[in-house]
Formats: sequence, C-alpha cells, structure tokens
Amino acid sequence: MGALQSLPDEPEYRDLSEKTGFSFEQIGILHKRFKQLSHNEDTLRRDDLNTIPDLACNPIRTQIIEAFFDKRNFHQNGEGTVQEISFEEFLVVMSHFRPPALNMTEEQRENIRREKLRFLFNMHDTDNDGTITLEEYRHVVEELLSRSGALGKETAKGIADAAMLEVASISVGHMEPDEFYEGITFEHFLKILKDIEIETRMNIRFLNMDTTNLCNDWRQERPQRQRFEWLERKT
Amino acid sequence: MKLGFHLIPRLSGVVPESCLLIVVGLLVGGLIKVIGEEPPVLDSQLFFLCLLPPIILDAGYFLPIRPFTENVGTILVFAVIGTLWNAFFMGGLLYALCQIESVGLSGVDLLSCLLFGSIVSAVDPVAVLAVFEEIHINELVHILVFGESLLNDAVTVVLYNLFEEFSKVGTVTVLDVFLGVVCFFVVSLGGVLVGAIYGFLAAFTSRFTSHTRVIEPLFVFLYSYMAYLSSEMFHLSGIMALIACGVVMRPYVEANISHKSYTTIKYFLKMWSSVSETLIFIFLGVSTVAGPHAWNWTFVITTVILCLVSRVLGVIGLTFIINKFRIVKLTKKDQFIVAYGGLRGAIAFSLGYLLSNSHQMRNLFLTAIITVIFFTVFVQGMTIRPLVELLAVKRKKESKPSINEEIHTEFLDHLLTGVEGVCGHYGHYHWKEKLNRFNKTYVKRWLIAGENFKEPELIAFYRKMELKQAIMLVESGQLPSALPSTISMQNIQPRAIPRVSKKREEEIRRILRSNLQNNKQKMRSRSYSRHTLFDADEEDNVSEVRLRKTKMEMDRRVSVMERRMSHYLTVPANRESPRPGVRRVRFESDNQVYSADSVPTVHFVQPSPLSTPDAVSLEEEVPKRPSLKADIGEPRGNASDNHQGELDYQRLARCLSDPGPNKDKEEDDPFMSC
Repeated sequence: MGALQSLPDEPEYRDLSEKTGFSFEQIGILHKRFKQLSHNEDTLRRDDLNTIPDLACNPIRTQIIEAFFDKRNFHQNGEGTVQEISFEEFLVVMSHFRPPALNMTEEQRENIRREKLRFLFNMHDTDNDGTITLEEYRHVVEELLSRSGALGKETAKGIADAAMLEVASISVGHMEPDEFYEGITFEHFLKILKDIEIETRMNIRFLNMDTTNLCNDWRQERPQRQRFEWLERKT
Repeated sequence: MKLGFHLIPRLSGVVPESCLLIVVGLLVGGLIKVIGEEPPVLDSQLFFLCLLPPIILDAGYFLPIRPFTENVGTILVFAVIGTLWNAFFMGGLLYALCQIESVGLSGVDLLSCLLFGSIVSAVDPVAVLAVFEEIHINELVHILVFGESLLNDAVTVVLYNLFEEFSKVGTVTVLDVFLGVVCFFVVSLGGVLVGAIYGFLAAFTSRFTSHTRVIEPLFVFLYSYMAYLSSEMFHLSGIMALIACGVVMRPYVEANISHKSYTTIKYFLKMWSSVSETLIFIFLGVSTVAGPHAWNWTFVITTVILCLVSRVLGVIGLTFIINKFRIVKLTKKDQFIVAYGGLRGAIAFSLGYLLSNSHQMRNLFLTAIITVIFFTVFVQGMTIRPLVELLAVKRKKESKPSINEEIHTEFLDHLLTGVEGVCGHYGHYHWKEKLNRFNKTYVKRWLIAGENFKEPELIAFYRKMELKQAIMLVESGQLPSALPSTISMQNIQPRAIPRVSKKREEEIRRILRSNLQNNKQKMRSRSYSRHTLFDADEEDNVSEVRLRKTKMEMDRRVSVMERRMSHYLTVPANRESPRPGVRRVRFESDNQVYSADSVPTVHFVQPSPLSTPDAVSLEEEVPKRPSLKADIGEPRGNASDNHQGELDYQRLARCLSDPGPNKDKEEDDPFMSC
C-alpha cells in the first residue's frame, strides 16, 4: 500500500517524532487515520470519534472520548476541555500508549509509569480538582458495570465504597473517626496501583505497515455490531 | 519426607525438593539392591496413566489465563520451534560424533540419534513446576517456561512416534516428512479439540448439579481423566487435551459449583499432584540404581553439553525473532532464565524406557537420559535460585487481590480496546473483547446455571472477596484485619445522618439480639454436623452471609452494652472543631477493621445543621485509645478517664427529643447491605 510514499511533511514529522517518540511510519499511519476520522479536515471533533463503530459497545466510551479532548493530557499544563483537537494533540494523547523501549533506565521507566498513571487519573478526576472523590469513583465503577443492567447500580456503589476504603487504608493508615478522607490524590493513586506494572500493561501495538485501510473500509460498510446489540436487547 | 524437608528451612533454601526426592530414591534403590531384591522400575504405563495426569490437570486447571493468553504466541514459538531445533541440533551433532572412529559408536545411525534427540529435547513440566515453584520468579518468565513445557508435548509425541517408525523402516522420503508435519497438526489440534469437548461437557453437566453438590468434584476429575485417556487412545497429545479441558471447564464450572466443591477440587488436585510428583522423583532415583546401564563417557558428556548449548542458542535465536513482534520485549535476564530453566525430567526417562528392546543402543540412551536429567535437576535446579538473586531478576509480587487493582485491570481492558478502535486496527484487545462478548451472549447462557451468566466479572470478584471475609468472620469470630488501620466507612463518607430516639434504639437492640441468637443457634448446630452440608442456597447467598456477619457484630456490641448498662448519658464532643464530632454513616461491615481487644461502640450523633437527613444505620468504630467517644448507655468505667472533650448536654437534648425522620427505615438498615 505504500505508507512510505505519503510522507509529505518530513520536517513536521521530525518535530512530532521527537516530541512523542513515534517513528515516522507510525506517524504517517496515524495521520492517515486522523484524516479518515476527521473527514479530511484539520481538526477532530467529538462526533467524529462517536461514530466509530468499534467504540459503540465499549462501556467507558464517553470517558475515552473525553480523554482525547482533555487539555491536561496535552502535556502543556493546560486545564479544561476543548471542542476540537489538532493532529499534534491527537498524537500526544496516543503517545501515552506507547510501550517503553527495551533499554531504559529505572528512572525513565518510573517516569513513563507516572505518565501513564497520570492519564488514568485524569480520566477519573473529571472535575479537575486533583482528587478522585467518592462520587467520581462511584461513577467510574457504575460505567464499568453499566452493561449489566439494574443489578449493577447498587453493587457498583458497594464496590466503589469498598475500593475507596481500601485506598484510604493503604494510603493513610490511621484516621481519627471524625477526619474525612477527601479523595484519592495522585500520590495515593500511584501507591495503590504500583503492583500492576502499568508500563507493561497499558500499551497497544502501533503499526509500522499500513494495513488499516483494508479493514476499516470493510468495517464501515457492514456494521456487524448491530447483530450483537439486537441479541443483547432481546435478553 | 516432605514434612521433614519443609521443616528444615536451610535445606529447602539450598536444595530444591526434587533433588532431595531423587536422592532418597537412589538410597532406597541402593538399599533394595543390597538386600538382593529386584528394585521396582518406573513402569511407563504406570507413569503415563496414573502419575502424570494429576500433575498436568493441576497445572492446567490453575493456569493463570491472562498471562498465558497474552504470551501465547511466544510460548508456542518456544514450544514448537524451540523443541524442533533442540531435537535436530542434538540428533545431528550426536550422529556426527558417532561417526568419529575413536568413540566406538559407529553403529548408531542417524535416525536413532534423531530419536534420542527428540526424547531428550523436551522441557519437562514436572521438573519445571518443582523447581520454579520455589523461586517465585516473576509471572512473565514463569509462564513462558511453564507454558512451553506444557505445550511441547505435542511436538515430542509426534517426533518420538515418527522417528521410532522411521527407524524401524529405515528410510525416509519427502512424503514422510510432509506427513510428519501434517501429523503434528493433527496431534496437537486434535488433542486440544478433545480436551475442549470434554471441558464443555463437564461445564454443561455442572449446570445441573445444584441438587447433588457432593459429587461435583467427581465430575471434574472424571471428565478430565476421560479426556486424557481418549486422546491417548487415538495417539493424540494427552497433555494438551488435559490442559484444554481444564482451561475450558474452569470459568463455567466455578460459576456453577458450590464453594465447598471448589475447595474440595482445589485440595484434591494439589494433593494428588503432590503425591504423584514425589513418587515420580523417587522412582527415578530407584530406576537409576536398578536399570541396565551402558556407559560411554564421550557420548554422555557430549549429550549434556549439547543440551545446554542447544537450549541457549535456541532461546537467543528465537527471542531475537520474537522481540520484533512483541510489544514488551524480553530482556537478556528473562532470556537467561528461560534458557536456564529448561529442565528435563521424568517424561524423557519414560519415553526412553518405552523404547523397545530391539534398539541396540537402548541402554546407552537410557544412561545418557538419566545423566541429563540428573544434571539439569541437580545442577540447574540448585543453582537457579542463587542466580536469580544474583542477577536481581524481578520476583513475583506477593500481593493479595485488591479490589482497586481488579477495577483498574478491567478498566484498562476497555480503555485499550477503545484506543485500539480509535487507532483503527484490530489488535490483541479487540479480539479478546470479541471473544468475551461471544462468550457472554452465547456460551454462558448454556453452561451456567441460573441467572449467574449475566454477572460481570467484577461483581463476581467482589462477591468472592466478601464471601471469603464472611467465612473468615464466622470461623474466627471477628473480621480479619487486612491492614492495621482504623479507617472505617465514616472517614470517606461525607454525609451525616440524623439521630435515633432512645426508645427506638432499645427496640432495635432487642430485635437484633433475638435474631442474632437464633442465627447463632442455627449456625452452631450445623457446623458440628458431619453429615449434612450447609444448605446450598444459604451458602451461596452472599447477602445472607453478610447478614450473618452483621448480626454477629451487632450481637457482640449489644452484649457489651448490656453488660455495662447505665443511664448516664454523655455526648460526643471530643473535638473543639466546628464540624460535627462524629458522623454516622451507613453500616458497611466489609472492610471494617478492629482489633480483638478494643471495644466496638455504637454512636449516635447529632448531624450538622446543614446536612440532609439520610438513612440511618448503626455505625461502628475503633477508638484508638480505649476511650468511648460517644455513647448513649455506654459504660462509664474507663470512659471518663480518657474522655477528651467537653460534654454538651444541649446538643444531646436536641438530639434525643427529635425523633429521627426515617423511623421506618431504621429497622431495615442494619440488615440492608449495599
């Protein structure tokens, strides 16, 4: 298919490559995808991502889409959300999912781990106050269980409460009965998830060869999702 | 023997258990020979039909699925290509060796050498399990070596049978080679298919066993063994069938069977596999003493050296290729442990033993095989632990299942699937998600009894955790203190709840007490009966257990209060801070923690004027010092000593005179669980 022949913006790519760590081929492929999603415009909007058929049955779809428009993920110390993003910002968000290179020092690994966990934290902390409150955590668990119908709501609350208690126990240890645990700060978040080894788990494969177009065209013509949804609705 | 081994910690730190067992076998065999009797040799039939299946079933049933599926490509490459490489490399070089005149083995032809190579090349699951269990290495390396040792059985079976047939016939044509390749696919895929069919049958059967809980474990064992036998009968790979059966069966069976059956299965499997393993190693030792030997220095030494060399070369070469396709690359340390962990064991010995006596080299081969086994188990087994520590390889993190990790694991799965969707290509997570959905919509509804099939994993995990805690509570009389902390629900819940009138409180206490006594009665009588199991419904009903848990705590608290009844009322106010002293929150007993000697107290507190009245529940708290902070009708004994604030009668008066707004809900609340 010749991904190589469509690398028009070499100097730009070099800049992006240094910033995000992707290779030129990967940037090229992602650029193609970006153009495809945004219908050849320069900026991407929420609706463009909403129409991706693969995301349709993802329980945390809204959070994922929000993460793309969250300024905190653009590494520019901004806050709040935007309505549309450019390719550069798209790449920066994607770069959170790059695997760590083979020969990295412990410090670099630690940095990468913090970065990825920061991304997750931002996804949970929707009001941007620096802590994940109980309400926000409950919302997270509810969304995760949103596919399981009515029985999810009460159990979600219970699960979120238990999880919050666990975080408080691990992070703070002892609290007087009238002290109030405000919410999970980023440091606490790091602490409770340090065993997950996020730098090896939160990665996806970025292609160097362009095989995406074939699959996608076919996909968008025959949305097979609907079959499953019909069945699920029936039950 | 095993007991003694584990009681001497220094010994178990140096020598892996398998080594000791072989030594014991040697001693026993030597003893028998000295006596003059014929020592029993490891009969291959016995080995393959009785001793090996429990170990493999144990391994397959408890195989950690997530790391396995994430690395299945790597594992398959190592298992298939690695074993092939080992077999041909060793066979070829040994043949070249035998051509040298001075060795004196010129009678050995290529096919025999290749046959020998194929026997010795396979990494042995029994030995790997025995050694790796004790070094607690990180999950990735463990699953790589272990998975490889399980999956290379198909290759071994095919190569062994092929070469044995060929060496009888004498000539090999290209067609034969091609058929050999086809045979490999048939054997491995056929084995997996047979195992999967039996797995589904077992899952389907377990759906209907809700009335006959006692024989549930039997089905699991029976179906697995039949899978093994069936595939061995058709000369398919029995080990792969067993693994497939265990893996397929497990999620459905566990959703269907009772908790007791699950425990039974777990312990029986562990017990059988432990016994088998012990017997295998002892027999190995005995057979060494007993068996006919033909020693040829050059051949044996070369075999051992070639084993090591080919393994190292194979691992390095394959990793080089594999790393191009992996997201998370294998480091040099990982590669070293994978190479070093390639132990040979009893399967090689039994296969060698199975060689018919017409092979003129049989004794030589057996001797060489035994030497290789001894070398790998003793030398590599003993030195792997210090090497792991020396190289500072990542160890397994011993952590309890944490609900936060579980939530985030699932969250990550969805997140990565979503991002892959945005990226537009179908990666690992996409297919996993598809399989999950297919599983949920079609398969689970057939194989899981009742309404359970709709339950997502997170909820199932949470319920399991609760059940475990509940059972521990019932057994020990108190909640397990997972972490020494005094944090309770109130610390994280910002809401305050209105007060309860004294009369109401008395009523509640009375009701609780009576209910609790009933329950305690019932529980005690049941636990001592040997012939009746717990009622399945009650046992499986988590909310019921939670209820019991709640009531037990209530009972304790109530009895405490009873003992030191007094009408002296004091009020919480141990802080001068403007916020209300203590807040009452919904009773959540799951992660409540308190130590045995502290006195749990019941609090009734005034709410802050701004908070909205909410559902009432009784709350529990651990006072750090034995002071009782807020008590109505609580002991005056030691409270006054450590009482930390001033009393505020007015607040109490207001509190008591106002009946709680949610009077009707009060009674239900202690029994309600989230």
